[in-house]
Amino acid sequence: MDGPFATAITLIATADSALVQIIGLSLRVTLSAVVIACAVGLPLGAALALARFRGRGAVIVLFNALMGLPPVVAGLLVYLLLSRSGPLGSLALLFTPTAMIIAQTVLILPIVVSLTRSVVEDLWGEYREQLTSLGASRWRAVPTLLWDGRVSLLTGVLAGFGRASAEVGAVLIVGGNIAGHTRTMTTAITLETSRGNLGLAVALGLILMALTLSLNAVAWGAGQWAKGRLG
Amino acid sequence: MTHTSRFLLSAASGLALIAALPASAEEVITVASTTSTENSGLFGHILPLFQSETGIEVRVIAQGTGQALETGRRGDADVVFVHARAQEEAFVAEGYGVQRFDVMYNDFVIVGPSDDPAGLANAADAPAAMAAIAGAQAPFASRGDDSGTHSAEKRLWAAAGVEPGGAWYLSTGSGMGATLNTAAQVPAYALTDRGTWLSFQNRGPLTISFEGDPVLFNPYGIILVNPERHPHVKAEAGQAFIDWIVSEAGQNAIASYQVGGEQLFFPNAQ
Repeated sequence: MDGPFATAITLIATADSALVQIIGLSLRVTLSAVVIACAVGLPLGAALALARFRGRGAVIVLFNALMGLPPVVAGLLVYLLLSRSGPLGSLALLFTPTAMIIAQTVLILPIVVSLTRSVVEDLWGEYREQLTSLGASRWRAVPTLLWDGRVSLLTGVLAGFGRASAEVGAVLIVGGNIAGHTRTMTTAITLETSRGNLGLAVALGLILMALTLSLNAVAWGAGQWAKGRLG
Repeated sequence: MTHTSRFLLSAASGLALIAALPASAEEVITVASTTSTENSGLFGHILPLFQSETGIEVRVIAQGTGQALETGRRGDADVVFVHARAQEEAFVAEGYGVQRFDVMYNDFVIVGPSDDPAGLANAADAPAAMAAIAGAQAPFASRGDDSGTHSAEKRLWAAAGVEPGGAWYLSTGSGMGATLNTAAQVPAYALTDRGTWLSFQNRGPLTISFEGDPVLFNPYGIILVNPERHPHVKAEAGQAFIDWIVSEAGQNAIASYQVGGEQLFFPNAQ
């Protein structure tokens, strides 16, 4: 029997069409979720860092705790929301890639919010006098603070990407693992394991790891470049 | 012809093409079915035939029978295609399904370690085989997930007069493949449909310990989710799929599916 490495290499070398489709969908779903989570989470995290209101501590604790939300619970909540018998059933989103993007966004938003809050809070403490002496108000300082914290924030975004690309519980429930439609790397690995095709399952796992590794290498390289060039 | 009009013409024909495409590609139905039909590769064999004949794309969600029926109850599928007759009849009686049609059957087998510690080879029938496992307290891996296979297993324990429980009874709470993976490691006996067993690759020391009793017969039924309860159900396309699968073409497609030279499912539509 061929080893998983050989299987992985054969799959990649032959550009297996089902595999290409699965990788494309996995990247599309996870990257969309990361982009949405950043678009919402970066401003929200910064706002949480700078705002002072009653119950702020509770909100911070809540977002920190949500970083540990089990994917299967997130998936179940989104499932009940999007099911035809649920409040948003008429949108007909269950068992579609959109449903998977929503579930993964729910999973990684707390990571982006919590990390942004922490980074911006530290930077604001450090540069507060400098920024206010330049005439920047608390809120006008947000873009500057986010830009200054970009390297730390990138780590948070990568952690979010990692959580989303590695999870299977949520996408399995809301996507349904439909061949050619909502089958991702992780749900395909689950399926092949259940069919006893352990070699193929490990091969898919190796490909997923290689993808994650390349993406992190690119992000790290970009971070280094930005540091040297702009830092 | 001027450039502009040529451009407009090609743009118009392009639009016409785009408009024409979805008419055939947009017809999509969702079928909630079981892991046994999906994992055995049956759908991969018959669905392309159906799609090329009708242009209807079938999206299959493979779940346990209990979960698949729940998906239908919630209106999240157009058709359910499962194997637990009592639960299917209840589904129709409660008004969630329109009508149940016989499609095919396969059978259950009891697999176990090849040294057969409970002596199933000498069992007279399936309940006696189950009683032998309980008597020997030999490990048994149960689905434990209200699936069709789990229902069949519970019927067999009842017929054997055994209330299963204790350290030897492992309720995995997972799908057929995951349960077989567990059984191969322990090693333990397990009840499985023959289709999943034949296409299962990670058998370890497991082999078929008992087979052939008529009570191990495993019939599959197909039901359209009731559009009166869930108006968004694609009743016409869903019924087209049901009509096809019980037709001669569909039944022949099922009969022609083989794994390792063995036929997995036997059509029995009326």
